[in-house]
Formats: sequence, C-alpha cells, structure tokens
Amino acid sequence: MPDPQSPAPRRTPLAAVHEALGAAMTDFAGWLMPLRYRSETAEHVAVRTAAGLFDLSHMGEVLVTGADAGAALDYALTGQASAIAPGRARYTMICAPDGGVIDDLIVYRLAAAEFLIVANAANTAAVVAELTERASGFAAAVADRTDGYALIAVQGPSAAAILGPLTADDLTGLRYYSSREATVAGRRALVARTGYTGEDGFEIFVAPRDAIPLWDALTEAGQGSGLRPAGLAARDSLRLEAGMPLYGNELSREVTPFDAGLGRVVRLDKPGDFVGRAALARRAAAGPSRVLTGLIGQTRRVPRHGYQVLWNGEPCGVVTSGAHSPTLGKPIAMAYLSPGAAESARAAQEAGQGRLAVDIRGSAEPAMLAPLPFYRRPD
Amino acid sequence: MSVPEELYYTAEHEWISISDTVARVGITDYAQRALGDVVYVSVPAVGTKVTAGDPCGEVESTKSVSDIFSPADGEVIEVNPEIDDDPGLVNSDPYGAGWLFKIALDSADDVPPGLLTAAEYQALTQEQGQE
Repeated sequence: MPDPQSPAPRRTPLAAVHEALGAAMTDFAGWLMPLRYRSETAEHVAVRTAAGLFDLSHMGEVLVTGADAGAALDYALTGQASAIAPGRARYTMICAPDGGVIDDLIVYRLAAAEFLIVANAANTAAVVAELTERASGFAAAVADRTDGYALIAVQGPSAAAILGPLTADDLTGLRYYSSREATVAGRRALVARTGYTGEDGFEIFVAPRDAIPLWDALTEAGQGSGLRPAGLAARDSLRLEAGMPLYGNELSREVTPFDAGLGRVVRLDKPGDFVGRAALARRAAAGPSRVLTGLIGQTRRVPRHGYQVLWNGEPCGVVTSGAHSPTLGKPIAMAYLSPGAAESARAAQEAGQGRLAVDIRGSAEPAMLAPLPFYRRPD
Repeated sequence: MSVPEELYYTAEHEWISISDTVARVGITDYAQRALGDVVYVSVPAVGTKVTAGDPCGEVESTKSVSDIFSPADGEVIEVNPEIDDDPGLVNSDPYGAGWLFKIALDSADDVPPGLLTAAEYQALTQEQGQE
C-alpha cells in the first residue's frame, strides 16, 4: 500500500528508459530503480558470460577538494587517502568513533587535491554530514555532487570489448581500481575500472543530460555481444556470489570492519589520528566478536537475511544475505557466526560431520561452511 | 498481464481451474511477475487434506518467499511432476505447464465459495498495482 508519509522516490536520468524497457521498478533508498527487466537470473548469467548494463545513478558522489583534502580524508576515513596516487582508487570505510561502520566507500583520487567519493544511496546524506564536520579544521571543501552525475556500469567479460570502440582514449591500459577522463560516445566522462559484480567492468560517470545518449550508445555497441540491461536483483546476487558486503546486511553501525573480515581497510599504521582509531585498535587486538562466514545450503530452500544459523540445534549466528546462486545452482548465504561455533563447525566439517543448519521458517535445513567468495572470475 | 477468463482466482494470487469435482491450482501471472524468477516450489504431498485459505506450500523466488494458500477444501491427488526440476515453469507458463497441484474437492457445488472471477481478480490487481 502507498505510504502517504513517504515522498515520491527520486527518478534517475534513466528512469524513463527503464520504464520503456518494461522494468519492474522499486523504491530503493528513496530512488525509483529497476529491480529487473525480465528475468533477473538471465541478467545475472549475462554479466557472468557476456555483459550487463546497470544504472547506478542513485549512488552518492561526494567531491572533496583543497590543499588538505588528502589529510582531511586520512582523518575522516579508515584508509590512507593521501597515499592513493592520482588516477587510482581504493575501497575504504567511514566509521563512527566507536568503530561502527557508517558506510563503505570507493575513493577515487582524481588529482592531487581532488577526491571523488562514491557512497551508498541510503547513506549519502550521513556521509556528507560526517565528512563536512570532520573536514572542518582542514583546508578542504566537501560537496554533495550526487545530482551532478549519472553513473552507468558495464560489467562482464565482454565489457572492455563493448566500451572500447566507443572511445579513442586508451582503456586497455586502465587498471583495476583506476580511473581516467575519457570521451565516450562523444560525451565527457570519468571512466573507472571498478564494479560490484566480481567481473571485469567499468563504471562511467557522466553529466545527467548525457546519461540517455550514453546508455543508448552502449546498448547499441553491445548488440551481438549478449549485453543486457541488469537490475538491482541481479546486482545483489552477483555481489553475493563475489563475497562483497552490502551495507544494511553485512555492514552497519553495529559492526566494525574487523567483524566483516575487512580489517585490511583499517590502516592503523597510517600517521595521525582518525575517527574511530582507538576503538578499532582495541578491536584489532581483541579479535572479532563474530565472524562473517560463507554458507552453502544443502537443500533447495534459501537462507534469507535475518534467519538464525544453528550449530547442533542451538542458535550460533544470523544470516545477513542469502540467495539462490545461479552460478552454483545452490542456495548461498553470508552469516555472522560466533567465533567458537565457526571454529567447531569447521573442524566438524573437515571430519565429515556437518551439524550446521539454518532455521528456514521453522525447519533446520543443513548448510556447509564455504570460503568467500563463492565465485572468482577465471583469469 | 494475463488473466484467463475461464479460471477462478483468490486474493492471494492463486488460480483454480475446476472440472467436475477436480481442481487444478497454480499461481497467477501477476504473482509470478511480482515474485521474480522462481527457484523452488514446495507443494503439499499427494493425500494431504487442504483447507481453503490455509497455507499449504510455498513459492520461493530469487528475492522472496510466499505461501501458497489452498483455494478450496479437498484432498491433494496429484502434484506437477515437472515443477521440482524446473520451477521456472511457474514463470514461463503460470497457467499451463507451471501448474502446482490438483485437489479432489470436498464440495459438490459448482464453484467453491469465496473465489474471484477473472474480472474481479483483474480489478484487484489493478488496485494493488497502483502503488
């Protein structure tokens, strides 16, 4: 039922294109987004075998500029932004003073004094507010530029072959987690070799007015290569197979990066203080209070977000994300387990005794521990 | 969206096709579209007594899981043998090859009570579609 209290969701510059394609649209973090066009499974498979085209214009873009921009971000984030070379990018997080995750981010260093930060749509306002406050003592300006960008991703093994002919600029030399300015289909763009699917691919930032022409040019360039538009449903199952966390599922203010197995993003070795340092240093020393674990369901029923994980019939953790994996043909999930249960379950599994299960609506369905990621692209 | 005239419907988005005292049951085109790709279907075993309006199985899609409610009182006499291996039939042919189970109806009345006609169901989905 419509909620009279909630405002109408925002439309990306491509919303009319999705509607014309017959997409099932959904309100995601206050944005009207394509959930799927036809079959989300076919979209998922296209990204694994050919390529998928995604509208990610709901993502937040925050520009941090100024002589002290790097120093300000070193203080504001868990990573060392000042050590990123211009043209390179880094996955990082912004944490609260208690170490809880406010958001996970990609930081692109565009120039010596210019950083582009991509935040999750639901967290963009919080990220902008925190960065603004944390940068206040520095010669650095923080600007929410979400409305200034459309973001289109081409992801999959054919992505480079589809995008290449649309630009005279060299993209083959563009390394993973790098970005460069380029002219794509006649439009000025920032092209980054990043993604959230576990495949090779590109994320292309353009002015909103250029979004539809770029989408159309990519669609045409992908004809014959198996390119398909892909929605949020496929994006979610792709990132889950790739073992990538989703804010609101694996990440929240209640967990630290260490809980999520992402302690590597916390650069305790960087000089100077940063927000959350003391709490995160304590957490690093003490070890995590829970362990993010991969699970493969041994029946057809799918573990879902919030379901309990059982060890010998006793609750030992909770599922954060679960889906039927099109690539594995089985249910997969990520779950937070207590470290003791995770260790016991691993030992038992190695001895051929699986006693791990997920409580799926009252029925204990057997599950096996599995290393993350579930899927790694072939080299 | 397809709503065949000759079928009856429930507000829970099942369809029922009645022939004498036997009814075939499935989920509607509207339901399969809302669910997305179906990955698993649990149907009641042959011999199960089912009661109109009570949950008797579930349809699991990539994103969600929904109960199947029996549209009528009766006993399950057959389940679709294809649906376990190929749950995607629910998406590709919801009124045909994607049928779920058959029940022997308890009542000899023409039509079990509480069902919707195609026109009534169409009106219901149009209301629900206006979000």
